[in-house]
Amino acid sequence: MNFSEVFKQSNQLCKVSPDGKYLATCVQYRLVVRDFNSLQIVHLYTCLDPVMHMEWSSDSLFILCAMYKRGLVQVWSLEQPDWHCKIDEGSIGLVSSRWSPDGRHILNTTEFNLRVTVWSLCTKSVSYIKYPKACQKGIDFTADGRYMALAERRECKDYISVFVCDDWHLLRHFESETQDLAGLEWSPNSCVLAVWDSCLEYKILLYSLDGRLLSSYSAYEWSLGIKSVAWSPSSQFLAIGSYDEKVRILNHITWKKITQFEHPATIINAKAVVFKEVEKRPVVGSEDLSIHQLTVDNSLFSTQSKYEITQLPAQVPVIKPDPDRANPKIGISALAFSAGNHYLATKNDNMPQNLWVWDMQRLSLLAVLEQTAPVRCFVWDPHRPRLALCTGNTKVYLWSPAGCVSVNVPVEGSFQVQSLFWHCSGSSLVLLSKEHICLCYVDAEEEK
Amino acid sequence: CPPPLLTLSHISGISMSPSRQNSHHSLHSTMVLPKTSYSVISAFCTEENISQCIAYINQEVCSLGLTGVSLESESGGLSAVLVLNLLYEVLQLQRRAQRALHELETQQLKNGSDLEHLQHSNCRLKDQLEHTRRENSGLHEGERQLQLKIKTLQNCLKSEKEEVQKLQSIISSRATQYNHDTKRKERECTKLKERLNQLLMDKRDKKLSIEMSNYVGRSDGKRGLWKTSKMEARHEGEMYRALLSDYETRQRSLVLENSELKKVLQHMKKDMIAILSPKNVCVQPEPADDSLEQAVSEGEEEAGDRSRESLEQSCEQAREQLTNSIRMQWRKLKSHMERLDSQVSLEREGDEVMSRKEHEDEMQRMRLELQQCKEFIHMQQQLLQQQLSSPCDEETAALLNDCYTLEEKERLKEEWRLFSEQKRNFERERKNFTEAAIRLGHERKAFEEDRAVWLKTQFLNMTPFVDRKRPALSEPHGALAVSTEPEAKLQSTPPLVTKSQSYSVFSTPKAAPVKMPSTADLYRTLHLIPESRGHGKCASGEMLTKSRLRNCSTDCSVISLVRDESSPV
Repeated sequence: MNFSEVFKQSNQLCKVSPDGKYLATCVQYRLVVRDFNSLQIVHLYTCLDPVMHMEWSSDSLFILCAMYKRGLVQVWSLEQPDWHCKIDEGSIGLVSSRWSPDGRHILNTTEFNLRVTVWSLCTKSVSYIKYPKACQKGIDFTADGRYMALAERRECKDYISVFVCDDWHLLRHFESETQDLAGLEWSPNSCVLAVWDSCLEYKILLYSLDGRLLSSYSAYEWSLGIKSVAWSPSSQFLAIGSYDEKVRILNHITWKKITQFEHPATIINAKAVVFKEVEKRPVVGSEDLSIHQLTVDNSLFSTQSKYEITQLPAQVPVIKPDPDRANPKIGISALAFSAGNHYLATKNDNMPQNLWVWDMQRLSLLAVLEQTAPVRCFVWDPHRPRLALCTGNTKVYLWSPAGCVSVNVPVEGSFQVQSLFWHCSGSSLVLLSKEHICLCYVDAEEEK
Repeated sequence: CPPPLLTLSHISGISMSPSRQNSHHSLHSTMVLPKTSYSVISAFCTEENISQCIAYINQEVCSLGLTGVSLESESGGLSAVLVLNLLYEVLQLQRRAQRALHELETQQLKNGSDLEHLQHSNCRLKDQLEHTRRENSGLHEGERQLQLKIKTLQNCLKSEKEEVQKLQSIISSRATQYNHDTKRKERECTKLKERLNQLLMDKRDKKLSIEMSNYVGRSDGKRGLWKTSKMEARHEGEMYRALLSDYETRQRSLVLENSELKKVLQHMKKDMIAILSPKNVCVQPEPADDSLEQAVSEGEEEAGDRSRESLEQSCEQAREQLTNSIRMQWRKLKSHMERLDSQVSLEREGDEVMSRKEHEDEMQRMRLELQQCKEFIHMQQQLLQQQLSSPCDEETAALLNDCYTLEEKERLKEEWRLFSEQKRNFERERKNFTEAAIRLGHERKAFEEDRAVWLKTQFLNMTPFVDRKRPALSEPHGALAVSTEPEAKLQSTPPLVTKSQSYSVFSTPKAAPVKMPSTADLYRTLHLIPESRGHGKCASGEMLTKSRLRNCSTDCSVISLVRDESSPV
């Protein structure tokens, strides 16, 4: 594995263009666009304020930079570096800003969720969408970019509006049977919309594209409900992670639960492999403590670690959440399907150091990774069944069905990996620390 | 005058009271008339009172129901015939009475035994009853307690249920309350938002605007279209088309899956039929065989039919038929397998079980061995690891080494200390010994001198030259001077005092300290050791000398013996 040099960034704003050719990073109020392969700076843009949100358009031609404090959005073009565009929301303020799938419209959510303003770059026209709902995930676009679902709240009732992204025509508007809609997500085949309730009630509703209610599922009453939802890439399964530390899988034919995955504190499943990260501190001889060594050799203070296979039954370290606080740190907060639909990775909040990998073909537990620190971020390779994760230390970890490996980021000073994401080709990882980024080139066959 | 009628009660032994007492004693007494009573009976009738007696007897006889004797005294004479008849009748009566009595007695005995038996059984039954009653009460008690327990548990359950319900109702009521409150707050918030929106729209202090260098073309390159109803219809159409295509793909995949599964089932059925065909089935004289054959033939027929059917046939009946036939075949196969299994176990029960057991034992043993080997290897690995890892850890190794040397040093120090102590002790002892040896030397010398003198005096005494040697006596006086000082040290030498009082103490008062020669020199002077030898066994030599000296008498030969003996020391 090779690592590139380190570049600066702020606000964790670093995105690769959808076509994979460019890497854009924001450093305070500057936007730096580099060529991904050579990492040479291709363009440099200056915004009016420190950038809070940056996003590529879907055709990789434009980048939007949103500055929430000033209520400004600036759009830059890659083809024409001197083209400029500035959108001012005025005194109404700006809370979030995003591209539409066609790359020609920008949707701004104003402060207090008063409305969503749709700006068109083709016609300079403006449309408004009233009463958007302020929730975890109130807007979602279909994978093909044709439709947009928006959650609304009028007169204490939840509604869902489906728009055609072409011309923002309101296709359907129907009432949702939720008490307090927390999120909605299209299935990858764009035909089914999953809508779920807030954690006070476990309810997930499935609407078809034309607004008919296909099915509703509720696992239990009264206790805290859904925490996270994920569609499988083939739309075959819908995984629902809840506060009761279980993941329930619904199938797309009957919309009934086919299985549930539990996260017990003691793993006894004989087929699962438990990888435990073990740190080994290098021995420092007295002659190594020269100033030269200290400054040059970073590995002096960094610890090597490797994975060891633990014998079953294995104990999982559990952290009991504070019962008096809202949004307790318990339950499945993150779910991710692998690209080929074969695996599902889950994280249970009261077992923060563990990551569970499930085999979707056998519907059973495949592997459990136990790290030395809470898992911060995990992402699947867009093409292969390979999982990259980080825990906030100087290492990046990779799991694949062949095994898992821990790699120290060999950067001067210490590079604490806070988050990471894959390049769309799956051949490299972009690692983000608090103030820097580093690229990690992963070979396809290098796995232990 | 006739004697007074004797009341019968006066007559002992006979009681003729109407109420016959049924005591044995009285019976017996009535049965057997003792001979002695005869004399009494004879007292009943005498010559004088015959008529009275006759009258009385008539009376009695009448009362008994017999024909009266009507013994009318014909001039005082009794008709013997009448009397005899009467007697005979009375005897008959008596016999009858006796028989009746006998019967009654037997009856009485029987009754008595019956009664006894009944009493016993009564007692037993009473005991049994008592026992049963006690048991019953015990069981009742147990039952009562269990009932009580059940009741308490039911109460608990009820109370728990009630609590659960109560909690649920509390939760639901709180939920409604929260909902209501939230709705109220939401309404307020919406109102605020509306107001804010209004204000912002009205004020327009800072216009929202967009500045762009130039218009951007659409991503697909086409021109924008107006919003018309046709557009709307088109959108609807597109939406439905998308949905339909999705459904179609799904249906296609399901149909494919279905057909594949059906194919698999068909294959399974064919295989099962093949397995259960008459060729493969063992010849068993069982009635089940017929049905099997029948079914097999049926199956074959079915197979024949089915093989011509298309696999995509999805009508309900066909599917049902297929599943039913599969099920039937499966059941047959199962029963066949079970039969085979039982056969196998019956036939080869003897050694098969044994061999299986042996096999299992063998497996167990091998597993154990494997485990042990694994552990051994693991241990070896660990040790090897340790071995390999510890040299890498130079610092700690050096530290360890240091520790070891330190330990050794300490130990050596200790030993050295001990050694020096011992040496000191030895020195002291040697000093003492040398002192003693010197003293001994001196004493010996003195003794020799004295001996010589004594011998000389003796010799001289024996000769007439006595007075010439007298002054010579005073010479060794100094050596043999009786020391008034008690020398505690040499108290062991009193046995040396033999002939002369002058030998009482061999101690030589040493006023001046004598320079101590080395032990070797001393020995050499004392001729205890040959010149060449070192003082290896000094102490023992000393001891030897002392003991010898102790035991020696004035016999010169002994002393010389001592000298000779101690030389090889």
